[in-house]
Amino acid sequence: MENQFFVDSEFLSPEALRRKHQLENDPSSRRNHMEYLPGMEQIRSDVMEKVISQMNSYDAVSYTARDVQAALQHESCSIEDFKALLSPAAEPFLEQMAQKARLETRKHFGNTVYLFTPLYIANYCDNYCIYCGFNCYNHIRRMKLNAEQIEHEMKIIADSGMEEILMLTGESRSMSGVEYIGEACKLARKYFRMVGLEIYPVNSDEYRYLRECGADYVTVFQETYDPDKYETLHLLGHKRVWPYRFEAQERALMGGMRGVGFSALLGLADFRKDALATGLHVYYLQRKYPHAEMSLSCPRLRPIVNNDKINPLDVHERQLCQVLCAYRIFLPFAGITVSSRESEQFRNGIVKIAATKVSAGVSTGIGDHESKYTGKESGEAEGDEQFEINDSRSFGKMYADISAEGLQPVLNDYLYV
Amino acid sequence: MQTNDKLVIGGHEFSSRFILGSGKYSLKLIEAAVRDAGAEIITLAVRRANTKDHENILDYIPKGVTLLPNTSGARNAQEAVRIARLARELGCGDFVKIEIMHDSKYLLPDNYETIKATEILAKEGFVVLPYMYPDLNAARDLVNAGAAAVMPLASPIGSNKGLATRDFIQILIDEIDLPIIVDAGIGRPSQACEAMEMGAAAIMANTALATAGDLPMMALAFRKAIEAGRQAYLSGLGRVLVRGASASDPLTGFLRD
Repeated sequence: MENQFFVDSEFLSPEALRRKHQLENDPSSRRNHMEYLPGMEQIRSDVMEKVISQMNSYDAVSYTARDVQAALQHESCSIEDFKALLSPAAEPFLEQMAQKARLETRKHFGNTVYLFTPLYIANYCDNYCIYCGFNCYNHIRRMKLNAEQIEHEMKIIADSGMEEILMLTGESRSMSGVEYIGEACKLARKYFRMVGLEIYPVNSDEYRYLRECGADYVTVFQETYDPDKYETLHLLGHKRVWPYRFEAQERALMGGMRGVGFSALLGLADFRKDALATGLHVYYLQRKYPHAEMSLSCPRLRPIVNNDKINPLDVHERQLCQVLCAYRIFLPFAGITVSSRESEQFRNGIVKIAATKVSAGVSTGIGDHESKYTGKESGEAEGDEQFEINDSRSFGKMYADISAEGLQPVLNDYLYV
Repeated sequence: MQTNDKLVIGGHEFSSRFILGSGKYSLKLIEAAVRDAGAEIITLAVRRANTKDHENILDYIPKGVTLLPNTSGARNAQEAVRIARLARELGCGDFVKIEIMHDSKYLLPDNYETIKATEILAKEGFVVLPYMYPDLNAARDLVNAGAAAVMPLASPIGSNKGLATRDFIQILIDEIDLPIIVDAGIGRPSQACEAMEMGAAAIMANTALATAGDLPMMALAFRKAIEAGRQAYLSGLGRVLVRGASASDPLTGFLRD
């Protein structure tokens, strides 16, 4: 059973609707997704070829219980071991994997769990990514916060006790330009110790500018590492260019960012191949940029505004847990973030095994922190959400829950130097 | 144990030779760990201490314990120097442990950058304790740069693997006229004891405690092991018989007089 992503809004003009249907039904009407657009920096990295060749040759069903047992016994996890741990043969060994993952997490991170919150400052988007609530054909309330509104949101979040923020926008250069984001970073530096960005990919000189404005961590979700599948999901816009997106983390490091985050959105394609490629993307970049901090997320597809049927298909919680354990064993040094897309129960369990960072007090909408944090209506317009969250715990509740599990919530482990 | 056996670092005297890490276990356990370890020095990451008012680690450190702020997160000498100065501004005192890592996977220290940072900070009056990979030449450079002690790693940080660099640490103990404090990788009290028997001046541990079943009890076990090792070192270890040794002298038996 596949997800049904196409939704026609009654608010679209006949011309827009015609174009939308053409993009959906006629692949030849779509731009070549492997071709860079004018203005896109080409860094000619060797990492992409390494990841793609490993992913293409990966045959998950060829691994056996013996391979998995060997992988669990090895002191350091090779690429072959990682492949075995991601295979269906590893599913009966999930508890052993969790035990090993837990040990690695404790060795590298102790009992700490970092807390952060995302802040969406705009939800305009130029792309048609068929699974995303912000896509340009989805009829939602669009909004872009001005500097004053951004600062108001930041104050409310900072007052809750949060010290790390992840700023996000929809992917629209025209509506949320690099300078607009840079100004938001400067504001964020006033209120937070650590400022991360999850925005459209930019060139290395633009990453350098954003670093100077106060951002220090860039996360880009590749969504799926399978270029052919990617092509069928990202039909229009800059985001359609797969290699430019793939190289975003490397350009960010070239621009001086301290760390980079990676992710596939599980449920879009073959999740085992996507998990393998994500892990290897980190692995090869770490070898090339050994000083950089690396982190992984592991989101699964969620329902969106106007399409509540979207789901992560064959990636159930057991599979998600398997992927997270495999990540931890293969990349013991990498931070692992588990977002509010997952349930309270799952997040409480996974922080004891592999996750080192969780979000709290989350809104994926625009300009609604006051109403969500205080219950007070701000009287101002609010923008719609990117996806529906699952775990809606506040900062205070999350802090208390993590402490109650015998873990140590950490708000800041970072200096901007 | 000799009552006058003090650990002297940069002119400061300490009775305990167990330096405690603080970053990997809950803040509420710090007090019990310090007490049971008998520790007089505790490290803390400046980046973690530089937090706002919500549960600051500084509030959990018992009075009378010397803070040893570290520069973790620094990737080069310049960043380490900036973090050390910030530690001083935060009121963490003049001690600083230099940690410079240019590798996010193994977190191995960068000796070259560490020497540069040591030189700058020692001139500014800091009591500098550099964390380093046990290399004799680098250790000599650290001495010349003004370090107050040298902190070689026993094995990769967090690994609990023990004295993987045993022979090289022994060389530092034999050749360097500063306290050699074994840091990183010590996973068991027996390993701490062995390092102390070798002549190490002190032991620093964090993960070994954080990953133990009962943290305060493990702190106590380390304390005893470190004291035992120190006593053994001071008393002069006895000879070791090589198995199969012969009573006769087969090669030199022909000598007369």
